[in-house]
Amino acid sequence: MIDPKAIAQPLVDGMPEEIKVTHPFREMIAMFLRNRLAVFGLILLLAIMAFTFIGPYFYPTDPFEMVWAPFTRPGQDDYIFGTDYLGRDILSAMMAGGRVSMAIGLAAAVISVVIGVTVGAFAGYYGGWVEEALMRFTEFFQVLPTLLFSMVIVALFGASLLTVTLAIGVVSWTAVARVTRSEFLRIREMEYVAAARSGSARDAYLIFRVILPNALPPIIVQANLMVGSAILFEAALSFLGLSDPNVMSWGQVIGSNRPYILDAGFAVAIPGFAIFLTVLAISLIGDGLNDALNPKLRQR
Amino acid sequence: MSMTDPLLSVEDIVVDFQTRAGKARVLDHVSLEVESGEILGIVGESGCGKSMTALSIMGLVPDPPGRVTSGSIRLDGVELVGMDHERLRRIRGKDIGMIFQEPMSSLNPVFTVGEQIAESVRLHENASPRAAMDRAIAMLRAVEIPEAELRARAYPHQLSGGMRQRVMIAIALACRPRVLIADEPTTALDTTVQAQIFDLLQDLQSDMGTAIILITHDMGAIAELADTVAVMYAGRVVEKGTVETVLSSPQHPYTQGLITCVPHLEPDPPAERSELMEIPGVVPALTDLGRGCAFAPRCRATIDRCGVEKPALLPSEDAHLTACWVAQGGAQR
Repeated sequence: MIDPKAIAQPLVDGMPEEIKVTHPFREMIAMFLRNRLAVFGLILLLAIMAFTFIGPYFYPTDPFEMVWAPFTRPGQDDYIFGTDYLGRDILSAMMAGGRVSMAIGLAAAVISVVIGVTVGAFAGYYGGWVEEALMRFTEFFQVLPTLLFSMVIVALFGASLLTVTLAIGVVSWTAVARVTRSEFLRIREMEYVAAARSGSARDAYLIFRVILPNALPPIIVQANLMVGSAILFEAALSFLGLSDPNVMSWGQVIGSNRPYILDAGFAVAIPGFAIFLTVLAISLIGDGLNDALNPKLRQR
Repeated sequence: MSMTDPLLSVEDIVVDFQTRAGKARVLDHVSLEVESGEILGIVGESGCGKSMTALSIMGLVPDPPGRVTSGSIRLDGVELVGMDHERLRRIRGKDIGMIFQEPMSSLNPVFTVGEQIAESVRLHENASPRAAMDRAIAMLRAVEIPEAELRARAYPHQLSGGMRQRVMIAIALACRPRVLIADEPTTALDTTVQAQIFDLLQDLQSDMGTAIILITHDMGAIAELADTVAVMYAGRVVEKGTVETVLSSPQHPYTQGLITCVPHLEPDPPAERSELMEIPGVVPALTDLGRGCAFAPRCRATIDRCGVEKPALLPSEDAHLTACWVAQGGAQR
């Protein structure tokens, strides 16, 4: 077909003799590991997860069972974190509650990312009246006081794990939508999108296979921070007594011990500190992800 | 459809853009035709409608603000203007491929080049991922990329500009389109790489019998590659014919200007070409074209008629068409 001599000839293409085909993923991990604080955050989060997931095997006390006198101080009578107002073991509540808090955080973040990416992607890709309509819709959710709105949802549909998660997800997707839209507005003008379109790509293909993968870095960072804020949100709802009373979560521990905060501050402070550590760990990881996924920083 | 129909024919296509400054006629009755195995060159300055011609053939005129107002584009006798989107989408890439100006930014940065060529295959044919990847590697070999298996796993940023343009060509040719539109395929590349890409296009064209529409402002490339050439100015074709006739005896002052703009390398050029000529002025805004010839304000050889009436594209010799009153001997009338 093609002149074999042409293939044998070296190309004066400025081609390096040996190209190293490294997956960008590896570069990202290297970039992430360079951020010491992010590594610290990752270790911290892994430690918290080990505590909540593996801990119960070594300390199998039911968090709902009344095991000892109420308000036992931490460290007293072999109860490391003490007991709450009903005499329930706070250590086992921390383990069980951590799982639930993190699961709610993750699930709510997934919900908000799915809604936000869908709205933002369609708004940014199609533009025109689609964008107008979707962004006005987004602003509508944005101007509602989020806590109040989620309280209304929980009050209307009852306080179960599902409704709390949905309520958090539904009120917090607007930031994701805005980030996604702005990325789509930028990327849809790129030549490779025009090139893909000239190669007979459908809209759905362009949106999900061409543009979205390129828009992911800031969305991932945003989603990561969303997990932290969803955990805080759940705590806030629980504090107000708007969480599933049959499910132990960190917020639930804080909420149920709230009336006794002056007498037994530790029962509120311990779960509070756990939430603080978890959100801190997630934020530090988010910072590292930002470094790892930002191509401008990666060049350095 | 008769035997004499060209593979691709563009007839009297008119594209209007609705802008704030008013309606702009971006393409004004443009007619072109290209036979299979032939290279048609389209030349002209920036903003004269070259790329818009390409987009209208692809059915990708941005709408809004643009609109194909009238005219017809036929591929193998099949009308493309007004064809429903789904059918047109299938023709794009399959029958008409396109390569773009910027190889640096025309590849998706998050996928390997092998994946991208394979995707282009799979969009048109029911190929298994494995077969599509094999085809991708074969295409990389066809565009003369050494160690194709290895390069297929490379990401665009790991390749040089010339290599990326080769990949673009591989993507465009993966489905063996009958027409390939190359929109300034070498503007972003070094001169040596440009020559390689042009060689490659010529090889592929003679091997596969693909018709190529080469959009460029490089008169040298046209002289070397093209069979026929169309010179565009302000949305109109002002001169059209075989490369030999147009380049050796350009009729339109704009074509003459474009040719004298090309620097010469010989140490002792003939006196009339010793100085590098430039065409004074710029391409006019398409929103306020007057009644007359759009080139008249920049033309050195205007007559009264140029200012009041648009010259039609008429044959001056056999198959050599010019839209110029002076060249058509309009002074006598």
